[in-house]
This record gives sequence, C-alpha cells and structure tokens, in this order.
Amino acid sequence: MKILICVKQVPEITDVKINPETGTLIREGVDSILNPFCEYAVECGLDLRRHYSDIEIVAISMGPPQARAALMRCLEMGADRAILLADRKFAGSDTWATAFTLAEAIRAMEDDFDIILVGKQAIDGDTAQVGPELAEILGIPQIMYAVGVELTGNKKKIRVKREIETGNEIVEVKLPGLVSLSKGPMIRSVSSFKEILDARKKELRVITASDLNIDENVFGLKGSFTQVVKIFPPRVKKKGEVIDGSEAGGAAEKLVGFLRERNFI
Amino acid sequence: MLKIDIKKCTGCKICEKVCPFGAIVIVDKIAQMQDNCTLCGACVNTCPEVALSIERRKVSEKELMLFSGIFIWGEYEEKDEGLIPKKVVKELLSQGRKLADRLDQALAVVVLGDGRLTGLETLIANGADRVIRCKHKLLGRYTADSFTNVISAVISKEKPSIFLFGATPNGRELAPRVAARLHLGLTADCTGLDINEKGEMVQTRPAFGGNIMASIVSPYTRPQMATVRPNVFSFGELDNSRKGEIQDFYVVLSPASIRTKVVAIEKLRDEREVSIEDADIIVSAGRGCKKKENLKLIRELAEELGGVMAGSRSIVELDWIPHTRQVGQSGLTVGPQLYIAVGISGAIQHLVGMSSAKTIIAINKDPDAPIFKVADLGIVGDAIEILPVLIKELKKSQSPCSNS
Repeated sequence: MKILICVKQVPEITDVKINPETGTLIREGVDSILNPFCEYAVECGLDLRRHYSDIEIVAISMGPPQARAALMRCLEMGADRAILLADRKFAGSDTWATAFTLAEAIRAMEDDFDIILVGKQAIDGDTAQVGPELAEILGIPQIMYAVGVELTGNKKKIRVKREIETGNEIVEVKLPGLVSLSKGPMIRSVSSFKEILDARKKELRVITASDLNIDENVFGLKGSFTQVVKIFPPRVKKKGEVIDGSEAGGAAEKLVGFLRERNFI
Repeated sequence: MLKIDIKKCTGCKICEKVCPFGAIVIVDKIAQMQDNCTLCGACVNTCPEVALSIERRKVSEKELMLFSGIFIWGEYEEKDEGLIPKKVVKELLSQGRKLADRLDQALAVVVLGDGRLTGLETLIANGADRVIRCKHKLLGRYTADSFTNVISAVISKEKPSIFLFGATPNGRELAPRVAARLHLGLTADCTGLDINEKGEMVQTRPAFGGNIMASIVSPYTRPQMATVRPNVFSFGELDNSRKGEIQDFYVVLSPASIRTKVVAIEKLRDEREVSIEDADIIVSAGRGCKKKENLKLIRELAEELGGVMAGSRSIVELDWIPHTRQVGQSGLTVGPQLYIAVGISGAIQHLVGMSSAKTIIAINKDPDAPIFKVADLGIVGDAIEILPVLIKELKKSQSPCSNS
C-alpha cells in the first residue's frame, strides 16, 4: 500500500512584514518550517503504518530548492522517500497550477497510490484549495478536516473522523481517496540525531518541468488562472484605551461603565 | 470537449445515469456524447474505468463577454428539522447586489436541498433577482460529490460571470472542487470585492496570517470564483417589495455519484443554540484562564450579557471546549457587536478570526499582549480575579431593584 503526503514549506508567518515603500514582502531573516498542518498529515501516515506494516510513505512537495529542508523533515519523521518538484518554470503558480503540477507528477511517477494525505491549509496562504483541486484533477473523492484515519474493509476503504460545524462525522470511502488533516498529536519540534542521520540515507528525488514531459505553458505563472495585481499592508485599527487592572474592583467598575456607555447593558 | 476512450468503456451505464443533462447514451455497449453536453464533468469522476476525460481550452476575450450574472451559493443549514439559509448568504447577497448594479447584471442565488428548503422569498427580499432551486432527495445533506456535480451543472448551463461562495467549512471545500472541474480561477477567503475599469472582479484577501493584503483577478476564466469570509460584509433590512423569480433547475443525481458514506454523527453543538458565527456577543477564553474550571466564569459572563462562549485554539487543543467554538484562522471567523477576550494573548492567527468585531474588550495579565493593539478597551490584570466582581456588578445593575 502506498501513501502520498503532499507538503509545503512555509515561512514562520508571525515574522513576515511588508516593505511600505515598495509593497513587497520582506523575507530576509524569516525562518522556514514544514507547515504545521502538513506535519499532522505526516503523523497520520506514520500512525497508519504503525498499525499496518506494509505501507510505503512518499512525501512530495513543489517549491524552490530550499524546500528540500521541509522534505528532509518528513524523512526524519519517518517517510520512506521524498520527491521535490523544483523548477523556475513552476514559480508563480496559483493553487490551480500547483494542484495541476502535483497531479501530473503523481500520474507520471506514483500512479499506484492508495491514499493522499494533505494538511488542511498552509499557514502562509491559508487558501485550503490545493487539496480539493488535486483530488478533483485526479478524479478521487475527498474527505476534509480529518482528525483521525483508519483502514477498514480489508484495506480497501478508509474510515475518517472529521470535524463538521456542529460536531464530528464519521465517513467511509473506498480507496483511492484524499484526506486533509486539521488536527493531530502534539509534534516534537526537533528531530533526534539518529533521525537526522537515517533521513540522509533515504532517497530525495528532484524533478523538473522537463521530466514531466508536457507543454510548459501549463506551469507556473503562465498556467495560473489568478493573478495578484497588488499587495499592501492591512489597515491598522486606532488603538483603544488600556488601563491598569491590578485592583479587581476598579477594573470591574470601569468595565461596567464601558458596557453601559456602548449600550450593551 | 468530452473524450470517451472506447477501448476502456464497458458500457456500464453509470455515466448515463449521473449526467445532469441526459447528454450521454449507451449505444451498442459504448458511451456516446450528445450535442447537449455542457462539459459540466459530472460523468468523469464516476466512471469506474477512467474512460472519460474533458479537454478544456482557454476562452477568448470575446467569449468571456458572453458570461453574465452574479451567482451566489445559497448555503443552507439544518435547524429544527428544516433547512434555513446561513447568515453569510445574506452578506453575499448584499455585496453581490452592489456588484450586480455596477455591472448592470442580474443577481442569482443557487440553493440546493431536499423538500425542506424554505425561505426562498426572503432571498429575493435580501437582494436576489433570481432564485435557482435545485431540489433532490440526495441534496438534503451536503456532500462534496453531489454539490460539486449540481453546481458545476448550473454553471455550465447558466454561464455566469461571477460565482461566490461563503468561506464556511463546506464552501471552502466545495468551491475548489468546482473550480478544478471547470478549470476556473478561484480566490480564497476574500474580505473585499470590487469591480475594476475592465469590468473584472478585484478580490482582496489577507495572506500570511493577516500580515499582508493581496488583490487578485482572474482575467481569463469565467465565472470568476471566490470564497468570501463570513461576518465581513454587512447587510441591510429586508426589502419585501423587491420582485424576483424562483426557478427550478432540473437535477439529475444518482447515489452512485456520491462516493463518501456517513456512518455516524457526533453532535457537539445543539443546532438550536446560537453558533459563534452568528452571535452578537461573544466572551472568549484563552490559556490565560489557567484551568478548565475557570471557564464557568466565562460562561456566566456570557449568559449575563446574553451572549455565547468561545475560545482560542490553545484551549480547544487542551480539550476544554469543542472545535465548534474555536475562533481564529483554523477555527471560525466571527463578527459580533461585542467580543470580550479573556486571557487571550492575541496571536495573529486569532486576530484574523475576530478583528471584524465592532467592539473589542481584552483582559490580560501581559501588558505587551498583541490583543491590546486591537482592543477598544484593554484591562491589564488577572481576569480570574476581575470576572467574579464584574459578574456581581452586572447582576446588581440589572436586578429590578436597582435604580440605574
């Protein structure tokens, strides 16, 4: 059985700022990490393998050469091998072009997959669109916002617990299928020395546009349906009043006054 | 166009059954496409032999002009055994009305459901010119497969210029599925929608956790698709004098096209109680509340003010409250009149989920907590000491004996 995990490298977003003069992102000095929701997807794959040993786990990412670090993290966590889709021609991809490129690579190289696991969303773009778009392009069903996955029906099906607006839902689907993870176990933030050494022995293949053997106009910015026309800093709200509340009685009195003034009581 | 691989086709008739337009017939055990195929793609996913595929090409500028109409997915939710429109539908209709007037096009709302669909006239009073009703017994409960099929069919037949979805959990998984099927540009989680001088929809959204805003267009594809964050756009009073049409869209759906099967549901929120997305007053707890028992103070304050309790991601992860009450980037976006953040430091991921609240009060021990940057009133202090006094004061001021 083969599980593919599609992951993304992201900046630690709290540090990203915009240059007010040029309107471009200031990326210097910002650390890159494996997207936390993708870590949940990797953990989910590893958990399935703990229960059923004959599972191969392949991590796939599209990104610049530096995204290798995110795939190394997947290998350190326990993925068996990794594929990086890195090519200048892929640059500027929107969610459609990203999903399309991933789908082409999967069709060309890993078409015999059973499950695709993805994170619910990446913390930089937050679109949550690549997962469903990938599922649709590959023609497989999707189960989003999963918190737990198990194999059933003689490993021909999965049973997924997923979050819905009023609670949880248990859903079954025949494989192949795609699952997005919205939660997982607490993850160790640092890999051990042994894990790092083991990961170095594993295969990490780099694939370029020419390896996929299709018309290059479908990739990257050219293949994207959406175009960013402007980026700008968000409007900053006027700062309100901040008072010392070390004395509970005074603070409560101030709060009651404020609530009354604004007609909440 | 639709390509049928006759070597792979076994004549199983599944595609014939799932085609919403009756555009595939099986002749001599081979599928054949008819002239009325709209390329909606419902058949492609259901073919067990992978014999069907669709070749799509980019449309020319002249063809783009043929697309007209602002369409909205009218998402319904279950309440008291019935189906009612979600609040975000009103917000979309209000903003959609402005776009429709700017472009001088009609505003249509597409509703999917079973026999329990109600309130269609209200959608007209909210701004719609057309209500497109898609009624089928398999549409009583949302599934990605069935809703993708029906909405793709509506788009393929009606050819709107814009299609908007609420960025709700279902909207956020449905819109990309439809966009990928029809090869359309899609922008997620928009907080601003406008029309530029070329008549294109300019979609503005936050990225990098709200640190940056981006404006995006889809120049080559129609309809231009976007999901829109709930509780961002306001809506006005109902206008019952508005005229509109309710039209039925003929739905073809077979159980074979729904691949996921729900085996159990665990309810964590009573559907009769107000969801945090719809609440006017929210008292929200963070890790600064120290222990689960202290949440009773939060609940009590919420009750006293006639509001509901919510919380940050960290206390959901501690299992103090269910995810149905989580505010923030990975939870829900709220937009109440009043938001009281208790012991919440205000990580950017939290702020993006609540910063459209009209009035924000923050109570936190740390004077440098980022929540104070967005608060109208900030109290630097220990909430667990302040809240009991506050609740007592509120009870006093609201009791009938008081003179206030």
